[in-house]
Amino acid sequence: MAEMVWLVPLIPLLSSVMLMLCSANLPRLLIGLLGVGSVGAAALLTLSIGMDFLADPEPFQLTLWTWMQVSNFSPGIAFYFDGLTLVMMSVITGVGFLIHLFSTEFMEEDASYARYFAYLNMFVAAMLILVMADNLLLLYLGWEGVGVCSYLLVGFWYQNSANGQAARKAFVVTRIGDTAMALGLLLLFTELGTLDIQSMMAVANQQWQVGDTVPLIACLLLLGGAVGKSAQLPLHTWLPDAMAGPTPVSALIHAATMVTAGVYLIARTHDLFLLAPISMMVVALVGLATSLMAAFTALMQSDIKRILAYSTISQIGYMFLALGVGAWAAGIFHLMTHAFFKALLFLGSGAIIHYLHHEHDIFKMGGLRTKMPVTFWSFMIGSAALAALPMTSGFFSKDQILLQAYMMPGAGPWLWLGGLLGALLTAIYSFRLVFVVFFGEAKTEPDGDTGWRMAVPLVMLCGLAMIGGYFIIPVADVFPAVSGEHPAHWVEYVSISVPLIGLLLAYLIFHSRQINMDTLVNSSVGQLLRRFWFGGWGIDWLYDRVFVRPYYLLSGLMKNEPIDAIYGLIVAVNQTFNHWLAEAQTGQMRWYILSMVFGLIVLLTLALQIPLEAL
Amino acid sequence: MEGLNIPLNHILLVSSLLFSIGMLGLMIRRNIIFILMSLEVMLNAAALAFVAAGAHWGQPDGQIIFMLILSIAAAEVAVGLGLVLQVQRRFKTLDMDSANRMRG
Repeated sequence: MAEMVWLVPLIPLLSSVMLMLCSANLPRLLIGLLGVGSVGAAALLTLSIGMDFLADPEPFQLTLWTWMQVSNFSPGIAFYFDGLTLVMMSVITGVGFLIHLFSTEFMEEDASYARYFAYLNMFVAAMLILVMADNLLLLYLGWEGVGVCSYLLVGFWYQNSANGQAARKAFVVTRIGDTAMALGLLLLFTELGTLDIQSMMAVANQQWQVGDTVPLIACLLLLGGAVGKSAQLPLHTWLPDAMAGPTPVSALIHAATMVTAGVYLIARTHDLFLLAPISMMVVALVGLATSLMAAFTALMQSDIKRILAYSTISQIGYMFLALGVGAWAAGIFHLMTHAFFKALLFLGSGAIIHYLHHEHDIFKMGGLRTKMPVTFWSFMIGSAALAALPMTSGFFSKDQILLQAYMMPGAGPWLWLGGLLGALLTAIYSFRLVFVVFFGEAKTEPDGDTGWRMAVPLVMLCGLAMIGGYFIIPVADVFPAVSGEHPAHWVEYVSISVPLIGLLLAYLIFHSRQINMDTLVNSSVGQLLRRFWFGGWGIDWLYDRVFVRPYYLLSGLMKNEPIDAIYGLIVAVNQTFNHWLAEAQTGQMRWYILSMVFGLIVLLTLALQIPLEAL
Repeated sequence: MEGLNIPLNHILLVSSLLFSIGMLGLMIRRNIIFILMSLEVMLNAAALAFVAAGAHWGQPDGQIIFMLILSIAAAEVAVGLGLVLQVQRRFKTLDMDSANRMRG
């Protein structure tokens, strides 16, 4: 069974190509079957391969062929399969399948039904290549592949130019990170002589000591790529704008899978990061800062998808925090549970948007609890898991991260404290969303509740978001065990109680209104903070001033090609002279002779003149 | 022959006179036959200058060059008359100006 692993990315890829080539001739039912079925088949295949693997957990490598052979550089189209790969593949195909199924109803009315599924399938294939790649070059192929698909899907409704701009922003900003990552790959190859991940790690461990400079630089460059892809500070600005795409796309690409690629990359190359403790600290700090920044921003947003987008940034910040403190398994665990509950929340918001006439503003919703029960319960469970209420999946993973952050020697307790603040904010903003949208008085009437193609994925994701915390991910062999003393019990109690406090606060502020925030919000400082957080800490504004506008200014100047104008002048002078001389070419024989004779006379005169004067 | 001692200057004067006549003919004539004739006159003017110079210096070179010019003139006339025939056939005229159609 294991040698069939290459089929997993191939099936969605073939389906995507098929949909692209004959989209015009296929009936909608067949498009849906092809789009959903291919990912479903990949999921089933992953399941059976995973079963085999769990029975006999031996990592294996499968080389299909050599990609290129240049001197001593010969990357293969090769897959590496271990517990980490299995977790990622299961999330991608499993959650991916549910989202595809959801999409068939969400995109039902759309004219470009086939194009949508072609892109979505291509995304799944590229993402699978990313996580299955045996060498960093193939990983990079998948990495860029998902970037392209993200671009295409964010700008899916390209008729609206704002969507095209959002897509371009997503592409350009992640490109900055990708460039850093490409440099990192080049550095690693020149230093280690291979891009094959497993042998690379072995060579790195032999060649470098802990604390060397070269692995630090390489790690920081790889982190640059991860930061771009996973929307962390300072390259996170593209993700909220990427919500311009269809909502299932946001669920699949911008919540469950692609944005976690950075986490996967760092986890995959964790041996390198262990050689550079400073880079680990940077990862942890970036994660914590991003997580807090995004949580504060999410608190102020009114667009349902932007709340979820900032929440995603914040949760990936948690994963980075986990990676930074060396809690690799906890980070990947949170990646998985986050994929479940965030996909659930996004699909839930997709259902709301679909049945509420494309309304995005949560303050124009309200009272949807009775009208859309399936969506309501999805949101309840999703938010509970997001806020890490006890017994939900998010609780187990976030608890692990916080505890292991606390166990980190040195800065541990401070990171833990920051994480707790983030958890409190998470609970507040997620239940703010629930209370505002589903309770209170109804402001907009929905067209009905979800059909079965929306309800089935929602219910299944509800189940996963509930029980996902009990899954044991088979990554014990992949990562080094976490060492350190288990913290005192009170640490654990505090970690558990903080989300509950957040829930209580959200209830008191946004539902029962026993705490009145109006005076605080309406004070001048409150207004200022509100605007500051609403605008995402002014980072977009800053980038706009520092990078975008000077760039536009410069390109405006360069549009007329000032340097080219110099060469243009030379051309113009030449052409003028050419024009004059061309006038002399009359085709009249006698005119030529006349001018020759005239010239001869002039020359002879001169020739006679000079010696006379010289004398 | 001994008594006939014409100064070199006179011969060169005649030669340049002939040359100028030929050149003038070349410039003002439109008929292609006359152009060829003018060319012959110019060639012979040059040949005369050579012969005179050769005689003056008592060297054979002048006569050798004369023979060369003679043969060049013959070759030129052969080609030139061929062209004259072609021009006559194509344009039904011997006017040089009508052969300016190649003008770009």
